Amino acid sequence: MKHIQTLNKANLKDTANRGCGECQTSCQSACKTSCTVANQKCEQA
Amino acid sequence: MIHKYKALGMNIVLDVYSGAVHVVDDAVYEMLDYCLEPFAPEAVCPEYIIEAMEDRYDRRDIIEAYSEICGLVGAGQLFTDDCYADLAKTWNKQSVVKALCLHIAHDCNLRCEYCFGSTGEYSGGRCLMSAETGKKAIDFVIKSSGGRRNIEIDYFGGEPLMNFGVVKEITEYAKEQGRLHGKNFRFTITTNGILLDEEKQKYINENMSNVVLSLDGTKETNDRLRRRVDGSGSYDTIVPKFRRLAQSRNQDNYYVRGTFTAYNVDFAKDVLHLADLGFKQTSVEPVVAPYEEDYALKPEHLPEIFSEYDKLAEEYVKRYRSGSGFNFFHFMVDLDQGPCAVKRLSGCGAGHEYLAVTPQGDIYPCHQFVGNEKFRMGSVYGSGELNRDIVNYFENSNVYTKEKCKDCFAKFYCSGGCSANAYNFNGDINKPYELGCEMQKKRTECAIAVAAVKKLG
Repeated sequence: MKHIQTLNKANLKDTANRGCGECQTSCQSACKTSCTVANQKCEQA
Repeated sequence: MIHKYKALGMNIVLDVYSGAVHVVDDAVYEMLDYCLEPFAPEAVCPEYIIEAMEDRYDRRDIIEAYSEICGLVGAGQLFTDDCYADLAKTWNKQSVVKALCLHIAHDCNLRCEYCFGSTGEYSGGRCLMSAETGKKAIDFVIKSSGGRRNIEIDYFGGEPLMNFGVVKEITEYAKEQGRLHGKNFRFTITTNGILLDEEKQKYINENMSNVVLSLDGTKETNDRLRRRVDGSGSYDTIVPKFRRLAQSRNQDNYYVRGTFTAYNVDFAKDVLHLADLGFKQTSVEPVVAPYEEDYALKPEHLPEIFSEYDKLAEEYVKRYRSGSGFNFFHFMVDLDQGPCAVKRLSGCGAGHEYLAVTPQGDIYPCHQFVGNEKFRMGSVYGSGELNRDIVNYFENSNVYTKEKCKDCFAKFYCSGGCSANAYNFNGDINKPYELGCEMQKKRTECAIAVAAVKKLG
Protein backbone atom coordinates (compact mmCIF):
# COMPACT_ATOMS: atom_id res chain seq x y z
CA MET A 1 0.00 0.00 0.00
CA LYS A 2 1.16 3.48 -0.79
CA HIS A 3 -0.39 5.43 2.04
CA ILE A 4 -0.48 2.95 4.91
CA GLN A 5 2.14 0.69 6.47
CA THR A 6 0.66 -1.94 8.76
CA LEU A 7 3.13 -2.98 11.41
CA ASN A 8 1.69 -6.20 12.76
CA LYS A 9 0.13 -9.28 11.30
CA ALA A 10 -1.26 -10.80 14.48
CA ASN A 11 -4.87 -10.01 15.30
CA LEU A 12 -5.88 -9.79 18.93
CA LYS A 13 -9.26 -11.28 18.04
CA ASP A 14 -7.60 -14.56 17.10
CA THR A 15 -6.46 -14.92 20.70
CA ALA A 16 -9.90 -14.43 22.29
CA ASN A 17 -10.25 -18.15 23.00
CA ARG A 18 -6.82 -18.64 24.51
CA GLY A 19 -6.11 -17.82 28.12
CA CYS A 20 -4.04 -20.80 29.24
CA GLY A 21 -2.86 -18.70 32.18
CA GLU A 22 0.71 -19.97 32.12
CA CYS A 23 2.10 -16.48 31.53
CA GLN A 24 3.92 -14.43 34.10
CA THR A 25 1.91 -12.35 36.53
CA SER A 26 2.48 -8.82 35.35
CA CYS A 27 3.22 -7.31 38.74
CA GLN A 28 6.05 -9.77 39.32
CA SER A 29 8.19 -8.38 36.54
CA ALA A 30 8.99 -4.86 37.58
CA CYS A 31 6.03 -2.66 38.27
CA LYS A 32 4.53 -3.36 41.69
CA THR A 33 2.70 -0.04 41.53
CA SER A 34 1.03 -0.01 38.13
CA CYS A 35 -0.54 -2.54 35.83
CA THR A 36 1.34 -3.06 32.64
CA VAL A 37 0.17 -6.04 30.69
CA ALA A 38 0.98 -5.41 27.05
CA ASN A 39 4.70 -5.98 27.51
CA GLN A 40 4.24 -9.46 28.94
CA LYS A 41 5.27 -12.48 26.94
CA CYS A 42 2.88 -15.20 25.84
CA GLU A 43 4.03 -18.64 26.97
CA GLN A 44 2.58 -20.07 23.75
CA ALA A 45 4.69 -17.79 21.55
CA MET B 1 -12.61 2.08 17.89
CA ILE B 2 -9.46 3.69 16.59
CA HIS B 3 -6.94 6.03 18.18
CA LYS B 4 -4.72 8.23 16.05
CA TYR B 5 -1.86 10.41 17.20
CA LYS B 6 1.48 11.80 16.13
CA ALA B 7 4.72 10.68 17.74
CA LEU B 8 8.39 10.46 16.79
CA GLY B 9 7.58 12.12 13.46
CA MET B 10 4.98 9.51 12.48
CA ASN B 11 1.21 9.46 12.07
CA ILE B 12 0.12 6.42 14.04
CA VAL B 13 -3.28 4.71 13.98
CA LEU B 14 -4.17 2.04 16.51
CA ASP B 15 -7.16 -0.18 15.85
CA VAL B 16 -8.12 -0.95 19.43
CA TYR B 17 -10.01 -4.24 19.08
CA SER B 18 -7.71 -5.98 16.61
CA GLY B 19 -4.52 -4.49 18.04
CA ALA B 20 -3.40 -3.55 14.52
CA VAL B 21 -1.02 -0.59 14.32
CA HIS B 22 -0.65 1.45 11.15
CA VAL B 23 1.74 4.20 10.20
CA VAL B 24 -0.08 6.40 7.72
CA ASP B 25 0.64 9.42 5.54
CA ASP B 26 -0.96 12.81 6.07
CA ALA B 27 -3.80 12.15 3.64
CA VAL B 28 -5.00 9.01 5.46
CA TYR B 29 -4.42 10.64 8.85
CA GLU B 30 -6.67 13.53 7.92
CA MET B 31 -9.20 11.41 6.08
CA LEU B 32 -9.84 9.32 9.19
CA ASP B 33 -11.46 12.41 10.70
CA TYR B 34 -14.20 12.04 8.10
CA CYS B 35 -14.59 8.29 8.60
CA LEU B 36 -16.91 8.22 11.59
CA GLU B 37 -17.79 5.01 13.42
CA PRO B 38 -19.61 2.82 12.69
CA PHE B 39 -17.74 3.09 9.44
CA ALA B 40 -19.28 1.53 6.34
CA PRO B 41 -16.92 1.50 3.35
CA GLU B 42 -18.37 2.85 0.14
CA ALA B 43 -17.47 1.66 -3.35
CA VAL B 44 -15.99 5.03 -4.23
CA CYS B 45 -14.62 7.79 -2.06
CA PRO B 46 -17.54 10.03 -1.03
CA GLU B 47 -17.49 13.39 -2.74
CA TYR B 48 -17.68 15.36 0.53
CA ILE B 49 -14.32 13.88 1.58
CA ILE B 50 -12.71 14.75 -1.74
CA GLU B 51 -14.08 18.28 -1.54
CA ALA B 52 -12.83 18.73 2.01
CA MET B 53 -9.29 17.64 1.15
CA GLU B 54 -8.81 18.54 -2.49
CA ASP B 55 -7.15 21.88 -1.82
CA ARG B 56 -4.23 20.13 -0.12
CA TYR B 57 -4.02 16.69 -1.74
CA ASP B 58 -4.08 15.34 -5.26
CA ARG B 59 -7.50 13.91 -6.14
CA ARG B 60 -5.95 10.58 -7.12
CA ASP B 61 -4.16 10.31 -3.79
CA ILE B 62 -7.39 10.99 -1.91
CA ILE B 63 -9.17 8.23 -3.81
CA GLU B 64 -6.27 5.82 -3.25
CA ALA B 65 -6.11 6.63 0.44
CA TYR B 66 -9.83 5.96 0.83
CA SER B 67 -9.45 2.68 -0.98
CA GLU B 68 -6.62 1.62 1.32
CA ILE B 69 -8.69 2.50 4.39
CA CYS B 70 -11.54 0.37 3.06
CA GLY B 71 -9.12 -2.47 2.38
CA LEU B 72 -8.03 -2.51 6.01
CA VAL B 73 -11.63 -2.46 7.19
CA GLY B 74 -12.28 -5.50 5.00
CA ALA B 75 -9.22 -7.24 6.40
CA GLY B 76 -10.39 -6.68 9.99
CA GLN B 77 -7.60 -4.28 10.85
CA LEU B 78 -9.45 -1.00 11.09
CA PHE B 79 -12.70 0.00 12.76
CA THR B 80 -12.93 -3.54 14.10
CA ASP B 81 -15.94 -4.33 16.27
CA ASP B 82 -15.68 -5.09 19.96
CA CYS B 83 -15.99 -8.86 20.23
CA TYR B 84 -14.83 -9.13 23.83
CA ALA B 85 -17.74 -7.63 25.76
CA ASP B 86 -19.76 -10.85 25.62
CA LEU B 87 -16.71 -12.92 26.44
CA ALA B 88 -16.16 -10.82 29.57
CA LYS B 89 -19.81 -11.11 30.60
CA THR B 90 -20.05 -14.88 30.37
CA TRP B 91 -16.56 -15.50 31.62
CA ASN B 92 -16.23 -18.32 34.09
CA LYS B 93 -12.62 -17.97 35.03
CA GLN B 94 -12.29 -20.72 37.61
CA SER B 95 -8.88 -19.26 38.22
CA VAL B 96 -6.17 -20.90 40.25
CA VAL B 97 -3.40 -19.30 42.26
CA LYS B 98 -0.25 -19.09 40.17
CA ALA B 99 1.89 -16.46 41.84
CA LEU B 100 2.78 -15.40 45.35
CA CYS B 101 4.47 -12.30 46.60
CA LEU B 102 6.18 -13.43 49.78
CA HIS B 103 6.79 -10.65 52.27
CA ILE B 104 10.01 -12.13 53.50
CA ALA B 105 10.79 -9.15 55.71
CA HIS B 106 8.51 -6.50 57.08
CA ASP B 107 11.62 -4.58 57.91
CA CYS B 108 14.01 -2.52 55.88
CA ASN B 109 17.44 -0.94 56.19
CA LEU B 110 16.28 2.11 54.24
CA ARG B 111 13.69 4.70 55.18
CA CYS B 112 12.43 5.77 51.77
CA GLU B 113 9.95 8.57 52.28
CA TYR B 114 7.49 7.37 49.62
CA CYS B 115 7.42 3.69 50.64
CA PHE B 116 3.91 2.22 50.34
CA GLY B 117 4.98 -0.37 52.91
CA SER B 118 5.51 2.33 55.56
CA THR B 119 9.32 1.93 55.29
CA GLY B 120 8.95 -1.82 55.62
CA GLU B 121 6.49 -2.18 58.47
CA TYR B 122 3.20 -2.24 56.54
CA SER B 123 1.59 -0.83 59.70
CA GLY B 124 2.07 -4.12 61.54
CA GLY B 125 5.44 -3.77 63.24
CA ARG B 126 8.84 -4.90 62.02
CA CYS B 127 9.21 -8.67 61.65
CA LEU B 128 10.66 -11.40 59.44
CA MET B 129 9.00 -14.39 57.79
CA SER B 130 10.06 -17.74 59.20
CA ALA B 131 11.13 -20.62 56.95
CA GLU B 132 8.16 -22.56 58.29
CA THR B 133 5.70 -19.90 57.12
CA GLY B 134 7.43 -19.68 53.75
CA LYS B 135 7.21 -23.43 53.29
CA LYS B 136 3.53 -23.37 54.24
CA ALA B 137 3.08 -20.74 51.51
CA ILE B 138 4.75 -23.07 49.00
CA ASP B 139 2.46 -25.93 50.09
CA PHE B 140 -0.50 -23.59 49.75
CA VAL B 141 0.35 -22.52 46.20
CA ILE B 142 1.01 -26.08 45.06
CA LYS B 143 -2.37 -27.10 46.44
CA SER B 144 -4.14 -24.05 45.00
CA SER B 145 -2.60 -24.00 41.52
CA GLY B 146 -4.61 -26.85 40.00
CA GLY B 147 -3.18 -27.95 36.66
CA ARG B 148 -1.04 -24.85 36.24
CA ARG B 149 2.60 -25.79 35.73
CA ASN B 150 4.39 -22.45 35.99
CA ILE B 151 4.34 -20.87 39.43
CA GLU B 152 6.04 -17.63 40.39
CA ILE B 153 7.37 -16.65 43.75
CA ASP B 154 8.51 -13.08 44.30
CA TYR B 155 10.57 -12.37 47.38
CA PHE B 156 9.51 -8.94 48.48
CA GLY B 157 9.62 -6.76 51.54
CA GLY B 158 10.58 -4.58 53.17
CA GLU B 159 14.01 -5.73 52.24
CA PRO B 160 14.24 -9.49 51.54
CA LEU B 161 18.04 -9.62 51.80
CA MET B 162 17.59 -8.96 55.55
CA ASN B 163 16.21 -12.48 55.73
CA PHE B 164 18.17 -14.17 52.96
CA GLY B 165 18.76 -17.44 54.82
CA VAL B 166 15.01 -17.97 54.80
CA VAL B 167 14.83 -17.00 51.11
CA LYS B 168 17.28 -19.79 50.36
CA GLU B 169 15.49 -22.30 52.55
CA ILE B 170 12.12 -21.58 50.89
CA THR B 171 13.67 -21.69 47.42
CA GLU B 172 15.26 -25.09 47.98
CA TYR B 173 12.02 -26.41 49.46
CA ALA B 174 9.98 -25.11 46.52
CA LYS B 175 12.34 -26.68 44.00
CA GLU B 176 12.11 -30.01 45.77
CA GLN B 177 8.31 -29.84 46.08
CA GLY B 178 8.04 -28.64 42.48
CA ARG B 179 9.80 -31.78 41.29
CA LEU B 180 7.45 -33.93 43.34
CA HIS B 181 4.29 -32.18 42.14
CA GLY B 182 5.16 -31.36 38.52
CA LYS B 183 5.45 -27.62 39.08
CA ASN B 184 7.97 -25.29 37.54
CA PHE B 185 8.80 -22.63 40.12
CA ARG B 186 10.23 -19.34 38.91
CA PHE B 187 11.68 -17.03 41.51
CA THR B 188 12.18 -13.30 41.49
CA ILE B 189 13.50 -10.96 44.14
CA THR B 190 13.20 -7.23 44.71
CA THR B 191 16.02 -5.59 46.64
CA ASN B 192 17.46 -2.23 47.61
CA GLY B 193 20.93 -3.74 47.31
CA ILE B 194 22.40 -2.56 50.61
CA LEU B 195 23.14 -6.11 51.78
CA LEU B 196 23.98 -7.51 48.35
CA ASP B 197 27.31 -9.36 48.34
CA GLU B 198 29.06 -11.91 46.14
CA GLU B 199 27.57 -14.90 47.89
CA LYS B 200 24.01 -13.61 47.63
CA GLN B 201 24.61 -12.57 44.03
CA LYS B 202 25.75 -16.08 43.19
CA TYR B 203 22.67 -17.64 44.75
CA ILE B 204 20.39 -15.10 43.07
CA ASN B 205 21.95 -15.75 39.67
CA GLU B 206 21.63 -19.47 40.09
CA ASN B 207 18.01 -19.38 41.18
CA MET B 208 16.16 -16.20 40.30
CA SER B 209 14.70 -15.68 36.84
CA ASN B 210 14.40 -11.95 37.44
CA VAL B 211 15.81 -9.45 39.92
CA VAL B 212 14.39 -6.00 40.57
CA LEU B 213 17.02 -3.56 41.83
CA SER B 214 15.67 -0.40 43.39
CA LEU B 215 17.46 2.76 42.26
CA ASP B 216 15.73 6.03 41.40
CA GLY B 217 18.24 7.67 39.05
CA THR B 218 20.94 10.24 39.70
CA LYS B 219 22.62 10.42 43.08
CA GLU B 220 20.70 13.59 43.88
CA THR B 221 17.34 12.05 42.97
CA ASN B 222 18.02 8.72 44.64
CA ASP B 223 19.46 10.04 47.88
CA ARG B 224 16.75 12.60 48.41
CA LEU B 225 14.22 9.88 49.20
CA ARG B 226 16.07 6.57 49.40
CA ARG B 227 17.90 7.17 52.67
CA ARG B 228 19.34 4.99 55.37
CA VAL B 229 18.12 5.02 58.96
CA ASP B 230 20.81 7.63 59.80
CA GLY B 231 19.61 9.85 56.96
CA SER B 232 22.55 9.22 54.64
CA GLY B 233 22.00 8.29 51.00
CA SER B 234 22.20 4.82 49.48
CA TYR B 235 23.43 5.59 45.94
CA ASP B 236 27.18 5.20 46.49
CA THR B 237 26.77 1.83 48.19
CA ILE B 238 24.33 0.24 45.81
CA VAL B 239 25.36 1.42 42.35
CA PRO B 240 28.63 -0.58 42.18
CA LYS B 241 26.80 -3.67 43.47
CA PHE B 242 23.98 -3.29 40.97
CA ARG B 243 26.39 -2.80 38.10
CA ARG B 244 28.25 -5.94 39.08
CA LEU B 245 25.03 -7.92 39.35
CA ALA B 246 23.74 -6.66 35.99
CA GLN B 247 27.01 -7.63 34.30
CA SER B 248 27.00 -11.04 35.96
CA ARG B 249 23.55 -11.64 34.43
CA ASN B 250 24.78 -10.57 30.99
CA GLN B 251 22.63 -7.45 31.18
CA ASP B 252 19.45 -9.50 31.03
CA ASN B 253 16.70 -10.79 33.31
CA TYR B 254 16.85 -7.93 35.77
CA TYR B 255 15.52 -4.39 36.07
CA VAL B 256 16.94 -1.37 37.79
CA ARG B 257 13.67 0.05 38.95
CA GLY B 258 13.12 3.58 40.16
CA THR B 259 10.26 5.78 41.22
CA PHE B 260 9.78 9.36 40.15
CA THR B 261 7.95 11.86 42.30
CA ALA B 262 7.00 15.53 42.38
CA TYR B 263 10.63 16.20 43.32
CA ASN B 264 11.89 14.92 39.95
CA VAL B 265 9.10 15.39 37.46
CA ASP B 266 11.97 15.82 34.98
CA PHE B 267 12.57 12.09 35.34
CA ALA B 268 13.83 11.46 31.78
CA LYS B 269 17.26 12.53 32.98
CA ASP B 270 17.08 9.86 35.70
CA VAL B 271 16.20 7.11 33.25
CA LEU B 272 19.02 8.21 30.98
CA HIS B 273 21.37 8.31 33.94
CA LEU B 274 20.59 4.64 34.61
CA ALA B 275 21.33 3.89 30.96
CA ASP B 276 24.54 5.91 31.18
CA LEU B 277 25.59 3.78 34.15
CA GLY B 278 25.47 0.86 31.74
CA PHE B 279 22.15 -0.66 32.77
CA LYS B 280 20.33 -2.19 29.80
CA GLN B 281 17.10 -3.06 31.62
CA THR B 282 15.44 -0.10 33.27
CA SER B 283 12.10 0.86 34.72
CA VAL B 284 11.20 4.16 36.32
CA GLU B 285 7.62 4.55 37.40
CA PRO B 286 5.45 7.33 38.81
CA VAL B 287 4.95 7.36 42.55
CA VAL B 288 1.42 6.62 43.66
CA ALA B 289 0.63 8.67 46.73
CA PRO B 290 -2.17 10.69 48.34
CA TYR B 291 -2.20 14.24 47.02
CA GLU B 292 -1.45 15.72 50.45
CA GLU B 293 2.10 14.31 50.39
CA ASP B 294 4.77 16.79 49.21
CA TYR B 295 6.27 14.20 46.89
CA ALA B 296 2.93 13.14 45.37
CA LEU B 297 2.30 13.56 41.67
CA LYS B 298 -0.79 15.63 40.95
CA PRO B 299 -2.82 16.47 37.83
CA GLU B 300 -0.92 19.75 37.40
CA HIS B 301 2.26 17.74 36.81
CA LEU B 302 0.84 15.96 33.78
CA PRO B 303 1.98 18.36 31.01
CA GLU B 304 5.57 18.14 32.20
CA ILE B 305 5.36 14.36 32.68
CA PHE B 306 4.02 13.94 29.13
CA SER B 307 6.81 16.12 27.78
CA GLU B 308 9.34 13.99 29.69
CA TYR B 309 7.96 10.78 28.18
CA ASP B 310 8.24 12.37 24.73
CA LYS B 311 11.78 13.49 25.43
CA LEU B 312 12.69 10.04 26.69
CA ALA B 313 11.15 8.34 23.65
CA GLU B 314 13.17 10.54 21.32
CA GLU B 315 16.45 9.82 23.07
CA TYR B 316 15.49 6.16 23.40
CA VAL B 317 15.15 5.66 19.65
CA LYS B 318 18.23 7.78 19.01
CA ARG B 319 20.27 5.44 21.17
CA TYR B 320 18.60 2.40 19.63
CA ARG B 321 19.55 3.59 16.15
CA SER B 322 23.11 4.29 17.19
CA GLY B 323 23.52 0.79 18.64
CA SER B 324 23.61 1.93 22.28
CA GLY B 325 19.98 1.19 23.05
CA PHE B 326 18.51 0.02 26.32
CA ASN B 327 15.12 -1.25 27.47
CA PHE B 328 12.67 0.91 29.38
CA PHE B 329 9.97 -1.29 30.88
CA HIS B 330 7.07 0.98 30.04
CA PHE B 331 8.17 1.41 26.44
CA MET B 332 8.27 -2.33 25.83
CA VAL B 333 5.38 -3.69 23.82
CA ASP B 334 5.18 -6.67 21.53
CA LEU B 335 2.93 -5.86 18.59
CA ASP B 336 3.13 -9.34 17.09
CA GLN B 337 2.94 -11.86 19.85
CA GLY B 338 2.08 -10.14 23.09
CA PRO B 339 -0.39 -11.41 25.64
CA CYS B 340 -3.68 -12.91 24.48
CA ALA B 341 -6.99 -11.06 24.68
CA VAL B 342 -7.98 -12.97 27.81
CA LYS B 343 -4.88 -11.75 29.64
CA ARG B 344 -5.46 -8.22 28.41
CA LEU B 345 -9.01 -8.28 29.71
CA SER B 346 -8.21 -9.66 33.12
CA GLY B 347 -5.05 -7.85 34.16
CA CYS B 348 -2.62 -8.65 36.92
CA GLY B 349 -4.65 -11.38 38.61
CA ALA B 350 -4.47 -9.82 42.08
CA GLY B 351 -6.87 -11.39 44.53
CA HIS B 352 -7.36 -14.64 42.67
CA GLU B 353 -4.26 -15.66 40.66
CA TYR B 354 -1.71 -13.51 42.42
CA LEU B 355 -1.66 -13.19 46.20
CA ALA B 356 0.60 -11.73 48.85
CA VAL B 357 1.65 -13.55 52.02
CA THR B 358 2.77 -11.64 55.12
CA PRO B 359 5.52 -12.77 57.53
CA GLN B 360 2.75 -14.16 59.76
CA GLY B 361 1.30 -16.19 56.87
CA ASP B 362 -1.76 -14.01 56.30
CA ILE B 363 -2.95 -13.82 52.70
CA TYR B 364 -3.97 -10.59 50.95
CA PRO B 365 -4.99 -9.84 47.32
CA CYS B 366 -1.58 -8.33 46.58
CA HIS B 367 1.36 -6.63 48.24
CA GLN B 368 -0.40 -3.26 48.12
CA PHE B 369 -3.39 -4.48 50.12
CA VAL B 370 -1.24 -5.92 52.90
CA GLY B 371 -2.15 -4.34 56.21
CA ASN B 372 -5.73 -3.52 55.20
CA GLU B 373 -7.62 -5.95 57.44
CA LYS B 374 -10.73 -5.69 55.29
CA PHE B 375 -8.81 -7.55 52.60
CA ARG B 376 -7.30 -10.33 54.71
CA MET B 377 -8.35 -13.40 52.70
CA GLY B 378 -7.00 -16.29 54.71
CA SER B 379 -3.81 -17.80 56.06
CA VAL B 380 -1.30 -20.34 54.87
CA TYR B 381 -1.80 -21.93 58.29
CA GLY B 382 -5.49 -22.49 57.71
CA SER B 383 -7.28 -24.96 55.50
CA GLY B 384 -6.08 -23.12 52.42
CA GLU B 385 -9.59 -21.81 51.87
CA LEU B 386 -9.77 -18.20 50.78
CA ASN B 387 -12.52 -15.70 51.52
CA ARG B 388 -14.68 -16.29 48.45
CA ASP B 389 -16.30 -12.85 48.56
CA ILE B 390 -12.89 -11.23 48.16
CA VAL B 391 -11.79 -13.72 45.49
CA ASN B 392 -15.01 -13.10 43.53
CA TYR B 393 -14.69 -9.33 43.84
CA PHE B 394 -11.29 -9.48 42.15
CA GLU B 395 -12.02 -12.34 39.78
CA ASN B 396 -15.10 -10.60 38.39
CA SER B 397 -13.25 -7.36 37.79
CA ASN B 398 -11.99 -6.79 34.26
CA VAL B 399 -11.79 -4.11 31.62
CA TYR B 400 -15.54 -4.39 31.01
CA THR B 401 -16.53 -3.89 34.66
CA LYS B 402 -14.78 -0.51 34.63
CA GLU B 403 -17.00 2.19 33.18
CA LYS B 404 -14.09 4.60 32.76
CA CYS B 405 -12.31 2.13 30.47
CA LYS B 406 -15.19 1.92 28.02
CA ASP B 407 -13.93 4.53 25.58
CA CYS B 408 -10.22 4.30 26.38
CA PHE B 409 -7.88 3.25 23.60
CA ALA B 410 -5.29 1.94 26.07
CA LYS B 411 -7.54 -0.52 27.88
CA PHE B 412 -5.93 -3.61 26.40
CA TYR B 413 -2.47 -2.38 27.35
CA CYS B 414 -3.12 -1.82 31.05
CA SER B 415 -6.17 -4.09 31.57
CA GLY B 416 -7.96 -1.35 33.42
CA GLY B 417 -5.08 -0.45 35.69
CA CYS B 418 -3.96 -1.41 39.17
CA SER B 419 -6.72 -2.58 41.53
CA ALA B 420 -4.91 -1.27 44.60
CA ASN B 421 -4.53 2.19 43.13
CA ALA B 422 -8.20 2.21 42.15
CA TYR B 423 -9.26 1.14 45.63
CA ASN B 424 -6.98 3.54 47.44
CA PHE B 425 -8.08 6.56 45.43
CA ASN B 426 -11.69 5.76 44.63
CA GLY B 427 -12.75 3.07 47.11
CA ASP B 428 -13.52 0.51 44.40
CA ILE B 429 -11.21 -1.68 42.31
CA ASN B 430 -13.52 -1.01 39.36
CA LYS B 431 -12.94 2.77 39.47
CA PRO B 432 -9.47 3.34 38.04
CA TYR B 433 -7.04 5.91 39.43
CA GLU B 434 -7.38 8.69 36.85
CA LEU B 435 -3.93 10.23 37.15
CA GLY B 436 -2.43 6.80 36.54
CA CYS B 437 -4.69 6.39 33.50
CA GLU B 438 -3.44 9.62 31.95
CA MET B 439 0.18 8.55 32.34
CA GLN B 440 -0.59 5.05 31.11
CA LYS B 441 -2.16 6.45 27.93
CA LYS B 442 0.87 8.59 27.25
CA ARG B 443 3.25 5.68 27.86
CA THR B 444 1.19 3.45 25.57
CA GLU B 445 1.44 6.01 22.79
CA CYS B 446 5.21 6.26 23.27
CA ALA B 447 5.64 2.48 23.47
CA ILE B 448 3.76 1.91 20.21
CA ALA B 449 5.74 4.69 18.50
CA VAL B 450 9.01 3.17 19.69
CA ALA B 451 7.89 -0.25 18.41
CA ALA B 452 7.02 1.38 15.08
CA VAL B 453 10.50 2.87 14.80
CA LYS B 454 12.04 -0.52 15.54
CA LYS B 455 9.85 -2.19 12.93
CA LEU B 456 10.40 0.37 10.22
CA GLY B 457 14.11 0.71 10.89
